[in-house]
Amino acid sequence: MKTRPATNLRAIWARSYVRIVGANRELSWVFFEIFLPLLNVSAYVFVYRALEAPPEYEGYVIIGGAMLAYWLNVLWSMASQFYWEKEMGNLELYLMAPISRVAILLGMAFGGMFMSSVRALAILAMGVFLFGVDFQVSSVGGLLGTFVITLVALYGLGMLLSSLFMLLGREGWHLSMVLQEPVYLASGFYFPVKFLGLTTAFVASLVPLTLGMDAMRQLAFPKASETALLAVHWEVGILALLAALFLWLAVRSLESMERRGRESGRLTLKWQ
Amino acid sequence: MNNLAVEVENMGREFRTRGRSGGRQAVLKALDGIDLEIRPGELFGLLGPNGAGKTTLIKILCTLLLPTSGRALVSGIDVATEPHRVRERINMVSGGEHSGYGILTVREHLWLFSQLYGVPTRTARRRTDELLEALGLLAEADQKIAMLSTGMRQKMNLIRGFVCDPLILFLDEPTLGLDVQVAREVRTVIRSWLAASPEKTVLLTTHYMAEAEILCDRVAIISRGRVLACDTPENLKQRLDHEVVYRVETDLILEPGDPFRDVAGVRRFGAEHKAGAGTTRFMVIMDRGSEVTGVVERLERMGKQVRAVNRAEPSLEDVFLHIVGRTIGEDEDAPGH
Repeated sequence: MKTRPATNLRAIWARSYVRIVGANRELSWVFFEIFLPLLNVSAYVFVYRALEAPPEYEGYVIIGGAMLAYWLNVLWSMASQFYWEKEMGNLELYLMAPISRVAILLGMAFGGMFMSSVRALAILAMGVFLFGVDFQVSSVGGLLGTFVITLVALYGLGMLLSSLFMLLGREGWHLSMVLQEPVYLASGFYFPVKFLGLTTAFVASLVPLTLGMDAMRQLAFPKASETALLAVHWEVGILALLAALFLWLAVRSLESMERRGRESGRLTLKWQ
Repeated sequence: MNNLAVEVENMGREFRTRGRSGGRQAVLKALDGIDLEIRPGELFGLLGPNGAGKTTLIKILCTLLLPTSGRALVSGIDVATEPHRVRERINMVSGGEHSGYGILTVREHLWLFSQLYGVPTRTARRRTDELLEALGLLAEADQKIAMLSTGMRQKMNLIRGFVCDPLILFLDEPTLGLDVQVAREVRTVIRSWLAASPEKTVLLTTHYMAEAEILCDRVAIISRGRVLACDTPENLKQRLDHEVVYRVETDLILEPGDPFRDVAGVRRFGAEHKAGAGTTRFMVIMDRGSEVTGVVERLERMGKQVRAVNRAEPSLEDVFLHIVGRTIGEDEDAPGH
């Protein structure tokens, strides 16, 4: 679908504005999205301390806790968002507008990243100032680059999932529930994923956070390479491929799902 | 490319539904062989009861649904094959629509949706303020939309439709559920918008007869997915030149059915509505020259007391009864049945 780039940029900004403004107007999210997750992350840090695990494990938890914010954002504020937009009556207004569907999803992504990044930074700050985690970053540029490519791949996956939610009803909600908890385990949010066994770890690598966190841990803690799944350059390369694949699939899938929705009449709530 | 705003050719739309228990699939024919031509600059009305297929037709023209047969062109562009080109030229507002984000203010909401059409922010703000003022909503401009009343919300929705300045605006029951005053304001704004830009077109669906009569240049009467008549309100009313319309009021509620089927001169009978306090009003369309006394006698024989009989000038409502065979208040039982 050919749409005007300038209009798409306006749409991205407008859709992200809703999230940013929403965050500023309902400050209760600070308690739910920042304070409560800090408690959860702290619990894992204390588990490792009680077990007298090497100090870098506390750092793994902090990185996992920070990245968790983005996973939840992708799952609940992006993938399933089309379902909510349909419920609210907004989806048909978006689909009727002369813009790319990707623009709407990017708007949601950028808006959601604002809140997720605040949460992630709060967890990192807690790691450094409260638990004294000593990040020994070997390459700041490499770390930032890996972080960015992880997010691109992750949000590409989110866009792919959102195309499914365009047509799904209540079952979409269940799909998010099913994905949420297993990924905590399979992607190794609080431990090196290699301990799950190579087969499981490679399957879990379909979720970009698995390789992304593994690579970031290696770049932030020298000893992490001992428990790493792959070398950093391999992980970043695969992430780049995943990013391209997910984005390509997402665009195709969005077009296909929209077509199917127009055929079946499932894009809108009422058929009459 | 033709020069029609909307052209619909032999278009049909079916829906496949499954029962709650997941039983046999049923096919509902929402639109059945629709033909329609709307010229640029027209305010065109689609008139029909609930379930007639009006919204389905609008959704196809707005690229939200695909037709299952036939084709539809908007501004000469096929809605099925080039939806993105159609979308650059249209907008739609539905009555009772609850879109938007409660956390945004009215101004922010309108700006948000203007951006989806690439309207520069400064232009969007200027148009928004003009429209807010025209619809008496300026005082609520910085209020969160979650706080708006139904009428205010509907006015805001209407502004959303105008703010991107579409070539063709689809209004699906724009005054649904609004009080008389607000509905009047909405109609005035629609008329003013068209008057200010004669190249624009409005397709409006309604089941309010008076609205169609007051607003529309031409009207299509749609029932059970078919267009039964299409003309100006005046020409449609002329179809009743050989007939006379009587409005009758009795002090008892009539049983279902047509009690006047065999009364001489009666062409149609329509249960209008219960007028409260045990009173029923209805209309009878009779051949010109026939006496209404037959109807009165029949009522008396049925034990009903006649309170009033008035001869009326034919309205669109009478035309609808004449063409469809029932009043617009009587819902379609099911499309395609």
